[in-house]
Amino acid sequence: MNKLKSMKTAAKVNFATYLGVILAFVLVSVMRSQGLINSAMGGMLVPVCCYIVMAVSLNLTVGVLGELSLGHAGFMSVGAFSGIIAAMSLQNAVPFAPVRLGIAMLVGAACGAVTGVVVGVPVLRLRGDYLAIVTLAFGEIIKELINCLLVGVDSKGLHMAFNLTGTLTIDSLGLGEDGIAIIKGAQGSVGTTKLASFTAGFVLILVALFIIQNLVNSRSGRAIMALRDNQIAAESVGINITKYKLMAFVTSAALAGAAGALYGLNFSSLQAAKFNFNTSILVLVYVVLGGLGNMWGSIIAAVVLYVLPEALREFQDYRMLVYAIVLILVMLATNNPMIKGFFARLFRRDRKAEPKGGEAK
Amino acid sequence: MSAKREPTKLVPVPSTNRIPERDADKSPILECRHLGIDFGGLTAVDDFDMAIGRTEIAGLIGPNGAGKTTVFNLLTKVYQPTRGTILVDGRDTHGMNTIQCNKAGVARTFQNIRLFANLSVEDNVKIGLHNQIRYGMWQGIFRLPGYWKGEKIAHERALELLSIFDMQDLANHQAGSLPYGAQRRLEIVRALATNPSLLLLDEPAAGMNPSETAELMENIQKIRDTFQIAIMLIEHDMNLVMGICEGIAVLNYGKIIAKGTPEEIQADPKVIEAYLGKRKEEG
Repeated sequence: MNKLKSMKTAAKVNFATYLGVILAFVLVSVMRSQGLINSAMGGMLVPVCCYIVMAVSLNLTVGVLGELSLGHAGFMSVGAFSGIIAAMSLQNAVPFAPVRLGIAMLVGAACGAVTGVVVGVPVLRLRGDYLAIVTLAFGEIIKELINCLLVGVDSKGLHMAFNLTGTLTIDSLGLGEDGIAIIKGAQGSVGTTKLASFTAGFVLILVALFIIQNLVNSRSGRAIMALRDNQIAAESVGINITKYKLMAFVTSAALAGAAGALYGLNFSSLQAAKFNFNTSILVLVYVVLGGLGNMWGSIIAAVVLYVLPEALREFQDYRMLVYAIVLILVMLATNNPMIKGFFARLFRRDRKAEPKGGEAK
Repeated sequence: MSAKREPTKLVPVPSTNRIPERDADKSPILECRHLGIDFGGLTAVDDFDMAIGRTEIAGLIGPNGAGKTTVFNLLTKVYQPTRGTILVDGRDTHGMNTIQCNKAGVARTFQNIRLFANLSVEDNVKIGLHNQIRYGMWQGIFRLPGYWKGEKIAHERALELLSIFDMQDLANHQAGSLPYGAQRRLEIVRALATNPSLLLLDEPAAGMNPSETAELMENIQKIRDTFQIAIMLIEHDMNLVMGICEGIAVLNYGKIIAKGTPEEIQADPKVIEAYLGKRKEEG
């Protein structure tokens, strides 16, 4: 009986999260059709969706697995550019844009996952601070590699080159008459057809939530959380540490890849430098502010902190200063023992009610 | 209580060890031969010989720093032994890691409690059931039939295991918020969930009051009787050790100084010396 109720509580939180996302989507869509959202805000809708997915997926690594990763933007970057390449090269093969966007996001997720494995296998042997520093380094490596990437497409297919010596240009690819350049090294992607839509972002958030929440509430998720709480004990009950660490890390990287693909296809040009250390930290701030392991918290934090700098535009030069102060105040408020105690009391009332209900039956 | 228990007779096995008479027709569940480990120049455990019968409750005692927990760490392959052999159920565990060792049937608890403190009591037990009830990651994500079936069995089995210590009602509590004694009991339940044939308990009664300890003694015997497994425990509470252990080994400075039944151990002058020191006139 007790268990049934607790399952309901866990399911209730998940359900409320889905419901909140759906309601927000409906609300924003209605406001948009009524012309209540200005163009600056409207332009932020897709990036907000991308950063929500980034925050939720990083929460899987940081909150659920308990390993600090500072290279999450690297996976986003891989997803973004592989997604752009996929979308641009399939322009003729798949004329229907939403399907092309879907394929691009899948390609982004797949490339993100592969990168996740490549980075994860050596990195996950480390713990704590060491792991954080190495993921940071890998994030930078990915950025630098993409900075050297030259990609074009023509009727013969995809052309790729690595401009490691700095002597190559897009012309060295030898594209045909009908060829188009997709990625021009440090210039990044150019002339991308914008495919991203708010609806796609909304669907991606739901998919990410579905995958993560179901994973966490399953056998594999329990194993991952066991690693977070006590690795030695987890080993002693026969949990394969490498397997479950990698599972969480790669799932997180794949979702970041999909978010990256959507992000990349929202802009006609995009540089790899966009996905630097700052972006990783930004996403980490969303996760920490929203609460470790708390998915809806990440969503709210991502929305608020992404929109905030925009909303603070009237402060002009002091914008980032005000942003920082607001951030500090919010952190202080959420860590305030009085406020925490208030929520704990609410929670405890729930707890007390539970066994009573059980006895009555 | 265990007061009216008949004294166990230990019978020899092919090595230099002895196991209880009732297990004599079966091979020992655990056999250590000349087990030893060095940390740098320090020999922590040396020439450790021990056999444990299939349904024996064995004790490992000794003064602080004697190397008792090191023996447990060797048996569960947290450390790889420098010398010697460990046979679990007749199988050499050479080259195994902790995970394989657990799958081979050795489960343990820890001296300083190591629970999954942020998870619920039930989830702690379910994590113990990890290798007993299996379904894949995708089954879990897409909630395929395997997930529902696995979760249902895991839930039932977890409550069943918790009922050993009457802890079903605590199933939804956070493990880290339990009182000390309950945390120790939960650790035992979690270890039992891995379906071991040998259960290693590292100071199970530490921090318990006398009535809790008495209850624990009963429960250890109950576990042995219901699951028909061997239990080896490290303990400083002599009432517990002498009350329920059938074979006892005494460790001092990493070496076994005495082995035998509780009666034999209590009468052994070397044991008394290790615990209390030499008499003046003898020195």
